[in-house]
Amino acid sequence: MGGPEGTKQMSEAALDFESDPYVAKHPQSRPFWAAAAHGQFLLPRCNSCERVHWYPRPFCPLCKSQSVDWVPASGHGVVYSFSVMRKAEQPYVLAYVQLAEGPAMMTNIVDAEFDSIHVGQPVKVAFRGAETGRSVPVFTPI
Amino acid sequence: MSATSKAYIAGAFEHPTRYAPTKSIADLHFECAQGALADAGLTFADVDGYFCAGDAPGASPAWLADYMNLQLRHLDGTEAGGCSYLLHIAHAAEAIAANKCSVALITLSGKPRSLGVATGTAVRQIPPERPDAPWEIAYQPTIVAVNAMFAKRHMYEFGTTREQLAWIKVAASHHAQHNEHALLRNVVTVEDVLNSPVIADPLHRLDCCVITDGGGALVVTRPEIAKSLKRPLVRIAGCGETVKTQTGGYIDLTRTGAAASGAVAFAEAGIKPADVKYASVYDNFTIMVLIQLEDLGFCERGKGGRFVADGNLISGVGKLPWNTDGGGLCNNHPANRGGMTKAIEAVRQLRGEAHPAVQVRNCDLALASGPGLVMGTGQNHATVILERE
Repeated sequence: MGGPEGTKQMSEAALDFESDPYVAKHPQSRPFWAAAAHGQFLLPRCNSCERVHWYPRPFCPLCKSQSVDWVPASGHGVVYSFSVMRKAEQPYVLAYVQLAEGPAMMTNIVDAEFDSIHVGQPVKVAFRGAETGRSVPVFTPI
Repeated sequence: MSATSKAYIAGAFEHPTRYAPTKSIADLHFECAQGALADAGLTFADVDGYFCAGDAPGASPAWLADYMNLQLRHLDGTEAGGCSYLLHIAHAAEAIAANKCSVALITLSGKPRSLGVATGTAVRQIPPERPDAPWEIAYQPTIVAVNAMFAKRHMYEFGTTREQLAWIKVAASHHAQHNEHALLRNVVTVEDVLNSPVIADPLHRLDCCVITDGGGALVVTRPEIAKSLKRPLVRIAGCGETVKTQTGGYIDLTRTGAAASGAVAFAEAGIKPADVKYASVYDNFTIMVLIQLEDLGFCERGKGGRFVADGNLISGVGKLPWNTDGGGLCNNHPANRGGMTKAIEAVRQLRGEAHPAVQVRNCDLALASGPGLVMGTGQNHATVILERE
């Protein structure tokens, strides 16, 4: 494994996600990354308890049902908490975004003035290429 | 009577070094083991149970048992991050009660300072096969930024302030001035904390613990052996442990596993938070102390900021003497794992062997508590309650 992974602009990243070790080690997650490569945000939804969970598993961690389907996300959420990581070569924003579908996820807030970000702020999904190949969901203020 | 109430901490040793470039991690484990056994008045030949965690070279008891040539009939390599050693106290007591061993040795050591590890600010390395890895690593999570998000949310929900968080560091520094081995012995003010550089908003440099080489060890034994030794009797009165999961994404960043581990430990000991005379609470970051104090029941939920302010954690000044060795914020954080030193200072207090300037009078009940590992919003957690007999 190399150094800090970080993200890069989405140029050719969409095409090489299959060789990404973070995809290869988790075969059941492939549909998520295939959709993400095309800018589509999927969420795992349980057919039994009808709840969405995060991070995705092929079973529902809430009720343990193995009947879970990928469903398109609204792409909307609010900032649950965040921190501007100042002591970094290039400061960035680590955050938890609470999705409109219920769960919260770790992510980055991008294309935002650091000082304008606040808890409760509405955000929408965008995608950035991770260095190892897959595209990951990030969020930007609405 | 529960299993854990039948064992005693007979030996405790904190390695005096904070920088050990010329020693191996295994050597430091040996020196800590030697120190704790000498403190108890026991020898390596008495040890029949051995406990260590992920800091042990090889991440298994096997390599250090071989290195120290221990003759064992019980071993436990439970890895729960920084609180591992608090879990080991509980597990050792259980093993002794089950007659699996009589003298249990617990060791910790590490050299992050001499190895130049940027513990809190480096992006966490997550092996690709770990289930959370694909969903977190690309966002460059650091330990300090994750803790900063706890702080930000607590401020949002309860109005907690940076000044209140700073009081936790101020208390640690008041204690550390009396500890000749502490890495940072200067007394600091709230202003000093707020004027230190922002690392991850809202946490400043002085909200973060130190990075040190060193280690520590404990010896846990059965009542008849403990009572045959010359040391004061420190009984393991109650223990709790848990993993606070991320609950499938339905998170709460204003609580820790301390609520669960603390409740179990208090129930087992049959005491209330108000009975505790001294508390060691793991201080990797100021915010983590504040939330654990709420979760453990020392104050109401959301009121931790007011509880820690104005010196309430300073021995001889406030209501809850806390981390009187200077804690991880000022004294020592060997191997980036704070559970061991928390137990050791609690033992010192119960024996009446803390520095006279910070010794709590009539200290008969103490608590040691802390988190371990960082799994996004979740963590391991362990609490131990100790009683002077």
